[in-house]
Order: sequence, then structure tokens, then C-alpha cells
Amino acid sequence: MTAYILKRLVDLGIVLLGMSLLVFMMIRLIPGDAVAIMLGANTEITDAGLHELRARLGLDQPILLQYWNWITNALRGDFGTSIWTGRPVATEITANLWPTLELTFLSVLVGGCLSIPLGCFMATRRGSLSEVLTRLVTITGLTIPSFWLGIVCLFLVAKYFPGVSLLGYVPFSENPIENLQKMILPVIALSLPMLANLSRLVRSAMLDALNQDYTRTAKAKGANQRRVTYKHALRNALIPFITSLGVSTGYLLGGSIVIEQVFAIPGLGRLVLGAIAERNYPLVQATILVLATGFVLVNFIVDLLYLAIDPRVREQ
Amino acid sequence: MSSSERFSITSLISQPLLTFALLLVVVQVLLALFAPWLGFQDPFQQVMVQRMKAPNALNWLGTDHLGRDVMARIVYGYRTSLLTCGIAVLVALVVGGTLGMLSAFYKGWFDRIVMRIMDVFFAFPIMLLAIGVIAIIGPGIWGASLAIAIVYIPIFARLMRGSALVICESEYVLGARAIGARDTRILFTHILPNLMSVVLVQTSLLLSAAVLVEASLSFLGLGAQPPVPSLGLALAEGRNFLLLSPWPAIFSGFAILFLAFGFNLLGDAARDKMDPRLRENQT
Repeated sequence: MTAYILKRLVDLGIVLLGMSLLVFMMIRLIPGDAVAIMLGANTEITDAGLHELRARLGLDQPILLQYWNWITNALRGDFGTSIWTGRPVATEITANLWPTLELTFLSVLVGGCLSIPLGCFMATRRGSLSEVLTRLVTITGLTIPSFWLGIVCLFLVAKYFPGVSLLGYVPFSENPIENLQKMILPVIALSLPMLANLSRLVRSAMLDALNQDYTRTAKAKGANQRRVTYKHALRNALIPFITSLGVSTGYLLGGSIVIEQVFAIPGLGRLVLGAIAERNYPLVQATILVLATGFVLVNFIVDLLYLAIDPRVREQ
Repeated sequence: MSSSERFSITSLISQPLLTFALLLVVVQVLLALFAPWLGFQDPFQQVMVQRMKAPNALNWLGTDHLGRDVMARIVYGYRTSLLTCGIAVLVALVVGGTLGMLSAFYKGWFDRIVMRIMDVFFAFPIMLLAIGVIAIIGPGIWGASLAIAIVYIPIFARLMRGSALVICESEYVLGARAIGARDTRILFTHILPNLMSVVLVQTSLLLSAAVLVEASLSFLGLGAQPPVPSLGLALAEGRNFLLLSPWPAIFSGFAILFLAFGFNLLGDAARDKMDPRLRENQT
């Protein structure tokens, strides 16, 4: 078990190192002179200006030293200052972090919680017609563009309830009710594809578990159907479910970038898109690094959760 | 089993779902391919007096905020979307698939290094990696296409490696080695043909996801740029005029849905047809 954790920790370290290298290289992979592009986005390009910005970004130093400075500062939470506003990048990120986290968390909660009963329900409905229907409905849910769903919801609400304002974001600490009100539509739009995917997964995992020997044994010793379904089958069916939940978080982080744009939510998605538009590369780098690291850590935790729920992994 | 055996007409009729999916995909692809010769209106022509019209006899799906025919914009949008995604998936399939196959075949340090690099790319959320790539090379159709290709390379590499590992251990590959067949011969005549069913299924499923990624990117202004007809862009533009005229946004969304749905259902139904054991394991 310790060996397993150690191996996972080494993997985690390698992935994070590779990730930071990739994100670090970003600014250096830009075709042409990235510094001139950055400068040209808002001001006139002068030799002195180029020199000054290059020095400020540390681009005049040897590349290994640049990486070392960048990564050690990042680990201390210092991502430099934003080129245009002069505010620390870390401050800009934390200011935009909560809306994205809340949106992602609520969507995981809604999608995850609803998919279990839905998947169980679908598993109990056997027969060719219901199987075809299940398939068509879940594939529709999976391929419906979430931002379109968001736009259609917005349109319907604006048309039939003209007084309700649903755009923007109100911090939970300021007004919890309005905060949740404004989260309803974005969460619906974001969690639907996940719900479709996960409920289908729960369904097939349940069907699998219901066909196993232990389920038959439980039935044979006289446990009632409900106990067999929830105590014996569901617990085993949840193992693939939890993996998928981790992977879905990444999908949701990406999806939230688009949904934030639809509902005018000031989250990390809006931050990164704005930064790309004004060629504020240090901000782009930092935001991508933070989001990607978050995703990797979530999946690492999911991996550790296996140890807690699956004795077979512990014994290996 | 040859591929012609698997896709005969009689077997299609006994598979209504597969037939339906194939039809949906073929119709949309044909529309995109032959759009200029099918008598659609000019997707770029702006008729200002005909702005934001609801569906009518002249413009079957109405007109957008610049008075352009929504139906023509959608059909040409299919072209943009399929071109972007098709090239991306093809590049990813060739590059990622080759890397995965070679990793499985040669194993050892080559495998370890390649797969470690793939792990790093794989660790990024898809949209985030795509946005990062576009931040480097700049927005546009080619930017979006390259972004999707880079996102998909590790996916194809992992997939092909996994499937090829099983085949590499099979007796016919061992047999081929025993009679002294060269590596290239084993790879191309024994391993690759046996990977085809996995490739076809996954290509269809990944094309479906690529359509959604492309639409998201152009919705964010990172993909196709105006005035290129694009489904995601049409949604973004239509969003600003929703209460005046919801039609462009609604129809473009349906178009994205149908395209993504068609490819997903096709891959899904084909998976059952080719190998029932694979079913539902990889959703």
C-alpha cells in the first residue's frame, strides 16, 4: 500500500513537472517576438519599451535560470505582476477563483448525485425498447452543446419572466439566495452532459454488478431486492463511477470557461480569455497552470480514494 | 473478417440504430461537401432590409442580424466544422496512433518516454489545453484545428497502445516473428489491420467530441473568425440578438447537436456491431 502511494506520488511529481515545463515554454513558443506582440497590444513598440518589458519578464536571462525563478516563485504563490493592470497575477486569480470553483463544485454535486438514482433506474428497465431509448437520451445529453443549452435557458427565462436577472455573479457571503439563484441555469447547462455520461456508466456498472456471483449469493440467502440492489450491487458499481467523477471535473473546468462567458460570470474562464485578448501572457500561463494543477490533484485524490473503498487495490 | 463483411447492406438493415446514425452522418457530410452546388443562397450576402426574419418561404430558417440566410450559413458552417475537425482528428490519428503502436511494439525506454510525455498532455483538461495552444498560435480555423489535434494525440496514442499491446502478445504476431518477418511487415500486415475496428469506432466518437470543442472555441472567438460561416460563431453572434430574433442561435445549436449526435451514435452503434465486449467500457 505504501509502495502504491509512493508510486502515485512519483507519477504526480513527473506530471506536474512536465506540465510546468510546457506552460513555461508557452511564451517562448509564440511565433515571432512575444514581447513585441505583448507590447503592441496596448502601446507603441519602442526599443526601450521592448528592453524594459523583456527585463521585467526576466527574458534576458539564461533559460534554465528563467525556469528556476519562475517555478520557485510560482510555488510561493508569486506569479509576477499583470502586465497591464500592474496588480499581482496571484491577486487577479484569487479574485476570479471562487465563481469557477463554485460553478464546478455545484455541477459535480448535481450531476453526480442525480446520476446514481437515474443510472439505477435505467438498470432496472431492461428490454430492447428501453435500451434504445436510454442510449438515445444519454447520447443526446452528452452531445448537446452546453453553451447552447445555457443560451436557450436564458432566452426562455428572459421571454417568460422578463423581470428576473440571471446574468453575473453575486458572492455567496454577500447574498446566499441571490448567489444560488444565479447559479441555477449555469449549473443545469454544465451538469447535463456529465449527468448523461455518469448515469449511463452507473447503469452499465449496475447491470454488471447485478450479474455477479456475490449478488446471486445475497439473493440466495434471502436478502430482499432493495438490500441486494443498494448494499451489494451499488457499492461495487460505484468504483468506476468515482474514477469518472474525477475525469469529469476536468471536463467541467473546461466547460465552465464557456459557460462563464454565456452567463457573464467573472471566473477564471473570463480571466484567461481576457488575458489572451490583450496578450497578457504571464496571466494566461498562471491561470492555465493553476487550473491544470487543480485537475491533476483532484485525480490524485480520486486515486487515493480507491485505497479507501477498494480492498483489492490495498492488497496489491 | 474483412471489413466488407462487417458493413454489408443486409447487416445494416438488421441494425436500425446503426443505419439511422450512418444516414444522419452521411446526409450532413454530403451537405457540407456539395454545399456550393446544391442551390443554397450565398452565405456571405447581406440583405440589410431582410434582417432578423423568422423562417419564411424565401429563407427557410430565417435570416441573421446581417440579413444573411441562416440555412446557407449553417450548411457552410458544417463545411468549416468538418474541415477543422476532420483535419485535426486525421493528424491526431496518424501521429498519436503511430506513437502508440510503436510504443506497444518496441516497449522499453521508447515506450516509457513517449507515454510519459503523453501523460503530461493528457493531464490537462481538454478545453484548457486547446485554449493554451490557441494562445500561442493565435485564433482562427487552423489554430483551432491544430489545438484539437494536439489535444487528441495523447488520446489516440494511449488507445492504440492499449489495443496494440494485446495484439503484440498474440500467437500470430509471435508466429510472424518466429519465421523472421521484419518489424515493418509485422506492424503493417499483422498489427495495423487488427486495430482498424478500434480506430473506426474511436475516430467517430472523437469526431463527435471534436465538433463540440470546435464549436466551443469558435463561440469563444478563438476558432473561425467572422465572416467565415461557423456554427459556434453563429451562436455567439445570435446570442446578442436573442430577444429580437432567436432563430439563428436556436438553429445553429441544433446543427451542432445533430452533427455531434450523429458521429457519437455512429461510433456507439458500430462498437456494438464490431465487438460486443467493448461495449460501454469506454464511454
